[in-house]
Amino acid sequence: MAEKILMKGNEAIAEAAILAGCRHYFGYPITPQTEVAAYMAKKMPKIGGTFLQAESEIAAINMVYGVASTGKRVMTSSSSPGISLKGEGLSYLAGADLPALVVNVQRGGPGLGGIQPSQSDYFQATRGAGHGDFHMIVLAPSSVQEMAELTVKGFELADTYRMTTMILADGTMGQMMEPVSLDFAVKEAPEKPWATTGTKMEREHNIVNSLFLAPEALEKFNFARYDRYRVIEENETMYEEYMMDDAEICIAAFGIAARVAKNAINEARKEGIKVGMIRPITLWPFPKAPFAKAAEKVKSIISVELSMGQMIEDVRLATECKVPVTLCNRVGGMIPSPEQVLEAIRNAQK
Amino acid sequence: MSAKQYLLSGFGGQGILFTGKMLAYKGLIEDKQVSWLPSYGPEMRGGTASCSVIISDEPVGSPIVSKPDILVAMNLPSLDKFEDSVVPGGMIFYDSSLVEREVKRTDVKVYPVPATKLAGENGFPTLANMILMGKIFKTLDEFDEEQVKKTLTKVISAKRADMIDVNLKAMSLGAQFE
Repeated sequence: MAEKILMKGNEAIAEAAILAGCRHYFGYPITPQTEVAAYMAKKMPKIGGTFLQAESEIAAINMVYGVASTGKRVMTSSSSPGISLKGEGLSYLAGADLPALVVNVQRGGPGLGGIQPSQSDYFQATRGAGHGDFHMIVLAPSSVQEMAELTVKGFELADTYRMTTMILADGTMGQMMEPVSLDFAVKEAPEKPWATTGTKMEREHNIVNSLFLAPEALEKFNFARYDRYRVIEENETMYEEYMMDDAEICIAAFGIAARVAKNAINEARKEGIKVGMIRPITLWPFPKAPFAKAAEKVKSIISVELSMGQMIEDVRLATECKVPVTLCNRVGGMIPSPEQVLEAIRNAQK
Repeated sequence: MSAKQYLLSGFGGQGILFTGKMLAYKGLIEDKQVSWLPSYGPEMRGGTASCSVIISDEPVGSPIVSKPDILVAMNLPSLDKFEDSVVPGGMIFYDSSLVEREVKRTDVKVYPVPATKLAGENGFPTLANMILMGKIFKTLDEFDEEQVKKTLTKVISAKRADMIDVNLKAMSLGAQFE
């Protein structure tokens, strides 16, 4: 195994993107993700890539659209308010079936909010990144190693299904350093016969477009896209289970919240409380099956979130409300303490 | 103890984050699980900067240190803010040339080092953090110069390799301070 090095989560994303063959990065600075752009600014010119600080987030996402049309691996990154600005572009990428990687290192909202960690863009990422019927594949890393691995995975998924993959991280994940090994296999990008690479007078024009004025045609594209989404739900759902075998209480948490919850679970286990965790790694597609299974045997579920309760809706849908699902949260840039989660576990045990 | 939780705090510019990185790399070289989390945001720009470091035999859960085993306070506001959070039986290292009071806690071990004063007297006024770090290394472990140099080589970029020796000198000075 290659030597482990200490890296910030943001840097790990940037380096992994380069390893995945991404040679085009467009962005605009915003705390707490600016290290992604800074890393790209330093590295891209040395490897024949393009780093461009756009005039705005909106410009950056449209540059992503342009490069994606040519079939090259391309990415942008931002934090919450910047992702809102990219919403229109995300919808256009979906409408044109273009693969791209978009990173959101979340901060507290709404509005300009604050700069401390948050998970309050869950709804935006999994449901409403822009107008129209579409999804993005949403990946939620919980360590710096996963920041790197899921970035590579994100490019592969985007290419396979011709859609945007979003890395939904938070300020803690972006700013913290952990040992990371960048020694992983990268699948080469598949052939992209749809890309606008020049016909060389040997084939018909490829057209990349999201405008379909005939409703029959637009409906057909939407149905086809959702057929593809069903395949993704079937094949690409990822999650981790922690001490679920004999669990009577289940925690649902992703990203930084899952790490805090792990501390609380270890403490609760010392008190003899049988508690475990399901940690979604894909937020869309949401890992419905393990939660449905858990609902058959646990007496309650606690959703630990850095939001006013967003993922909790997916947990309730997946479990069809068969068991009570309660919320344990902090918001606005605050992070729940292990003690707070432990208290919620003790209350659930009563 | 399978996990040690460090909280380092001082003025922005005193090298708090760098000092935290030294600890994290020391752990990494010893094949431990480590995490390093800086405070980021407005407090870095002129006010108090702090940094959480965890070195553990087990995978690190939450990277946030709210009850440190070891507090490193490089100035008075840091000691004021975090003194009470140290676990009983923990340790407090502080720069006694900038902190003009005694530690109130009686249930922790206290290590005052006049780091800023020593740094000035020895011709490396910007390395007070490394003097304190030397004392920490010595107290927690032993001060193995070869090992420390290895850690410094990891933390200091190749471009600044000429800085390794002076950092090592500052750390040795701190290690020798009684």
